Amino acid sequence: MAITDVAHDAVDYVRPAEVAEEELYHPKTWLGKYVFSQDAKIIALQYSMTAMAVGLIALVLSVLMRLQLGFPGVFSFITPDAYIQFVTMHGMIMVIYLLTALFLGGFGNYLIPLMVGARDMVFPYVNMISYWIYLFAVILLLASFFVPGGPTGAGWTLYPPQTILPGTPGADWGILLMLVSLAFFVIGFTMGGLNYVVTVLQARTRGMTLMRMPLTVWGIFTATVLALFAFPALFVAAIMMTLDSVIGTSFFMPAIVSMGQTLDYSGGSPVLFQHLFWFFGHPEVYIVALPAFGIISELISVHARKNIFGYRLMVWAIVVIGGLSFIVWAHHMYVSGMNPYFGFFFATTTLIIAVPTAIKVYNWVLTLWRGNIKLTVPMLFAIGFVFTFINGGLTGIFLGNVIVDVPLSDTYFVVAHFHMVMAVSPVLAVFGAVYHWYPKITGRMLHEGMGKFHFWVTFVGLYCIYYPMHYLGIMGVPRRYYANEGSTGLPDWIPESAQVLNAGISIAAIVVASVQLVFLYNLAVSTTRGKRAGDNPWGATTLEWQTSTTPPTHGNFGKELPSVYRWAYDYSVPGAKDDFIPQNVPAGQETGDAR
Amino acid sequence: MVLAIILVLLVIGSVLFHFLSPWYLTPIASNWGFIDDTLTITFIVCGFVFVVINLFLAYCVYRFRYSKDRRAEYEPENKRLEWWLTAFTTVGVVAMLAPGLFVWAKYVDVPEEASLVEAVGKQWSWSYRYPGEDGILGTVDVRHIDAKNPFGMNPDDPNGQDDVLVSGSEFHLPLGDPVKVLLRSKDVLHDFYVPQIRAKMDLVPGMITYFWFTPTLAGTYDVLCAELCGSGHYNMRSRMVLEDEADFRAWLATQPTFADTQTVQVATVSGSPEEQGRQIAESQGCMGCHSIDGSPGVGPTWKELAGRTEELADGSAVIVDDAYLVESIVAPNATIVAGYPPIMPAYQLDDAQLAALIAYLNSL
Amino acid sequence: MNFRDQLSVKPWVAQRGLVPSSRGFSAATPKVTLGVFLCIASVLFGLFIAAYFIRMGYADWQSIPVPALLWLNTVILIASSIALQWASVSARRENPEGVKLGLYVGGGCTLVFFVGQWLAWQQLQELGYFVYSNPSNGFFYMLTTVHALHLFGGLVAWVRATSRVHRSKEIALSRMILELCAIYWHFLLLVWLVLFGLLLAT
Ligand code: HEM
Ligand SMILES: [Cu+2]
Ligand SMILES: [Cu+2]
Repeated sequence: MAITDVAHDAVDYVRPAEVAEEELYHPKTWLGKYVFSQDAKIIALQYSMTAMAVGLIALVLSVLMRLQLGFPGVFSFITPDAYIQFVTMHGMIMVIYLLTALFLGGFGNYLIPLMVGARDMVFPYVNMISYWIYLFAVILLLASFFVPGGPTGAGWTLYPPQTILPGTPGADWGILLMLVSLAFFVIGFTMGGLNYVVTVLQARTRGMTLMRMPLTVWGIFTATVLALFAFPALFVAAIMMTLDSVIGTSFFMPAIVSMGQTLDYSGGSPVLFQHLFWFFGHPEVYIVALPAFGIISELISVHARKNIFGYRLMVWAIVVIGGLSFIVWAHHMYVSGMNPYFGFFFATTTLIIAVPTAIKVYNWVLTLWRGNIKLTVPMLFAIGFVFTFINGGLTGIFLGNVIVDVPLSDTYFVVAHFHMVMAVSPVLAVFGAVYHWYPKITGRMLHEGMGKFHFWVTFVGLYCIYYPMHYLGIMGVPRRYYANEGSTGLPDWIPESAQVLNAGISIAAIVVASVQLVFLYNLAVSTTRGKRAGDNPWGATTLEWQTSTTPPTHGNFGKELPSVYRWAYDYSVPGAKDDFIPQNVPAGQETGDAR
Repeated sequence: MVLAIILVLLVIGSVLFHFLSPWYLTPIASNWGFIDDTLTITFIVCGFVFVVINLFLAYCVYRFRYSKDRRAEYEPENKRLEWWLTAFTTVGVVAMLAPGLFVWAKYVDVPEEASLVEAVGKQWSWSYRYPGEDGILGTVDVRHIDAKNPFGMNPDDPNGQDDVLVSGSEFHLPLGDPVKVLLRSKDVLHDFYVPQIRAKMDLVPGMITYFWFTPTLAGTYDVLCAELCGSGHYNMRSRMVLEDEADFRAWLATQPTFADTQTVQVATVSGSPEEQGRQIAESQGCMGCHSIDGSPGVGPTWKELAGRTEELADGSAVIVDDAYLVESIVAPNATIVAGYPPIMPAYQLDDAQLAALIAYLNSL
Repeated sequence: MNFRDQLSVKPWVAQRGLVPSSRGFSAATPKVTLGVFLCIASVLFGLFIAAYFIRMGYADWQSIPVPALLWLNTVILIASSIALQWASVSARRENPEGVKLGLYVGGGCTLVFFVGQWLAWQQLQELGYFVYSNPSNGFFYMLTTVHALHLFGGLVAWVRATSRVHRSKEIALSRMILELCAIYWHFLLLVWLVLFGLLLAT
């Protein structure tokens, strides 16, 4: 786009959006329209599909791990090395390449311009590049399955020294590919993220003040800001580790005798890496959680036909959580050997975060109170989210409270906790969001019966997988273990029944994983066979439902951008004709035809 | 309706599971009962919140289900309610945090009179060091580590001469006295983990970390590694024996000091050649990677190894005889069995030790 | 409406109806974008510096001698920054000659700066200070590289600016990109001064 200086202080004239339609790049070829597209909606789909494809790989890996854990020794191709490689790739893919990419690259790209009333992202070209860099990062990552030694088995935390030493699988090629892939991911993400942030700041349509923005936009926006500031820490750590590994610097590497060999390293600090990693890693949790918070607020309000309760507090909670998430990182390091006095500080900050988080939960539930709740499929997922998130949030208090963390850290309690908050809950939010916005994206509804089946098995199944798992952790079963039985046999405090439980969890995991096929089938079939949706099937107020065409075309809103006259949550307003008033309906016209 | 019922069932199920499940804290063997208490407080507060909010959620879902003839209430905010909820949450949080920090203050404050023991980790075995008569641990350095001096003791430090070195699969501690466990790693991160004592801490190469506890319950406990440390992480085991003072003294007296290990070739192993081989294998940490019962591990199992035909990484095959076994121990990376990573360290053992090991291997 | 006012309204009652503007910042979008990017870059360098300080606390740290050449490089970088500022100011004054002069001098100085940095590397290596010799050396090479890469990215914008200045007769059209270039160079100059100060002080 042309970079021009326009006078913005003219109060009577407001340019509706940064990019007027005639300035948009109009692709002429099929390739330009669907492959090298600069349209945020297409880029969103590209991001989503790529993310879901790698996500499937990560899902298969988790099933393989569960096979080993549930039925140890039965599947001989799962060696101890393979197991930790699966753990690592599964964790990294799920957190970064699936959820981060899907929430920000996928939902961010699709929803931000539509919801704030912009024609597109402010820099469509950069936006396109961002996707291709992401794809490249994904390919690099997957390539590590095919190099000698296989992918890295260092755990998704990539802690040195073991990450780059021979006792860990993938210590030469796998880890390098991982680090380079992460660096590219960060670069690609930064390009996309700048776009999302600046679009929200500068390209909102006329009347869309910050406090009229839907919470979905607030969530994605804040998460993007967090990501932009947190990923540099990962980037720094990745560069320094690459140098340690390839050139032999000693940033993180102390003097070591590895496998009987004295190495040339000396003096480095593994704990320094952990600080850098978690300075990124903790905000990362919220990068995944905040968009989910926003989306859930949206779903609950729309399908309960009620305004979100305490909108302003919800916004503040998102912002405060985002800010605080930068000063709690060392709660992942209570037993890392860092100065133990840090424990006081980080336990306090961590538990403080519990307050705004709890407020979010209260407000969701209070939105349901005296609502008019339609149990549509998206709503089912939203309520499922609230339930699992309450559970996961509460176990977070255990782990944040430094002394309680001591016995629980590095056990299955941790695995169960973080799956509940950053796997189960966000994934339920993703599903809810897909069922909710699919009609806008394709113009057709997803099949409801299949949707309900998908919900029930996924929700109940996931809860049955992770709830009992906490108790294995309380008992003491360590995480990242290929098998509980070692050279000294099975520790006598692990009863036989634990193995039965593990087998049960594995079976549940396999069931849940298979049911995702129903979802994929539904996604595919409904594009042509789903019920026609119309422009606004849920009766929602936000701008994306007010487009004149569904799916929205290039430029989103036809000739003229909508003007916004009210906040996003005018549901069941007393005196209005319908039980919702779209954001672009001027004051005084509520009683007339809503559109 | 269904959703409300399921939510209620999940809540009830969770609570019942908590009380009925056979999987809960192991019987405690240290002074850290406080930790269990804080855990219990946290369970009570969080459990209360879990039950109340979710039941309320289920109630709302049931009570305010959709009806065409009804409109939802329009209520953007309720400042008072929001303040009350915030205040109530804050109180709950303080109720959990305050005792937590109180106990943490104890945890970081090691008693003056605590005795010392050092746990040393390497991929994938443990060894232990006691300060000896003088109560002082000698200085150590990675540069001193070799086959003869696996602890990296500084040979010129007089404080180190009487240090008792235990490179077996077991170490002992006396009941009733606080111990400060110093932690040192030779290679990567590990974590000294015995669930029954509740306390744990990472071993970080390049620095000495520590924690303390007072053993209270006699018994033999598994020591595990709780920080991912590579292929054999799950198999990095050893045993901790808690016993009364007299038994402990008697056991300690049978262990060699550093001076012993440097001067005379102490017969730390005894018994038949097979038995000696077994002891050597345990003390050298072989079991971190090899199983003797045929179960898979980081390295090939030793069960029925002798006489077996191994396929090598380069495609050829070899019949396992004594010469191959010796080579595999002193120069393990010369030939690699197909499917295994070349990560076994070379061992410098004398002929007698090798002979004992071979005898042991042949007996399996 | 400024941020604070926007955030404190009661969105469901106050201001039903159209509010004139909803932009976050009155500055032009590209400038806002650059601003956000500079924040990110600051975090990146900040984290490097934090890591530097933490690592410095360990026993094996030995400071690296600072080659005198770096003083010269600093001066050259300052010159390039001034030149680009000159180009930007000239564009506002509709002075095409000044714009071109500023651009060429600025770009040229930047290239000279690269060469200077590279020579400084050579000097250090001849003295036996390799990347892996000591963490302080590692940081030196790493930080200078990251800084240079940022400058290199700036050169891409510089090329676009130069070609735009040449293509269009209206100098006003290049005003924005010139201003952005100048800001970016000032920022990198600032970063360099901080890094250089850090090297000198430790
Ligand atoms: C059906 C769904 C899933 C199943 C059955 C599953 C299962 C597992 C298992 C068995 C482990 C290894 C535990 C261990 O040995 O310590 C694991 C680790 C992990 N999972 Fe999942 N998982 C699922 C979904 C997810 C999702 C959606 C995420 C996204 C946040 C996720 C993130 C992680 C992470 C970060 C780790 C830790 C990796 C590490 O320890 O390095 N998982 N998962
Ligand atoms: Cu965290
Ligand atoms: Cu270990």
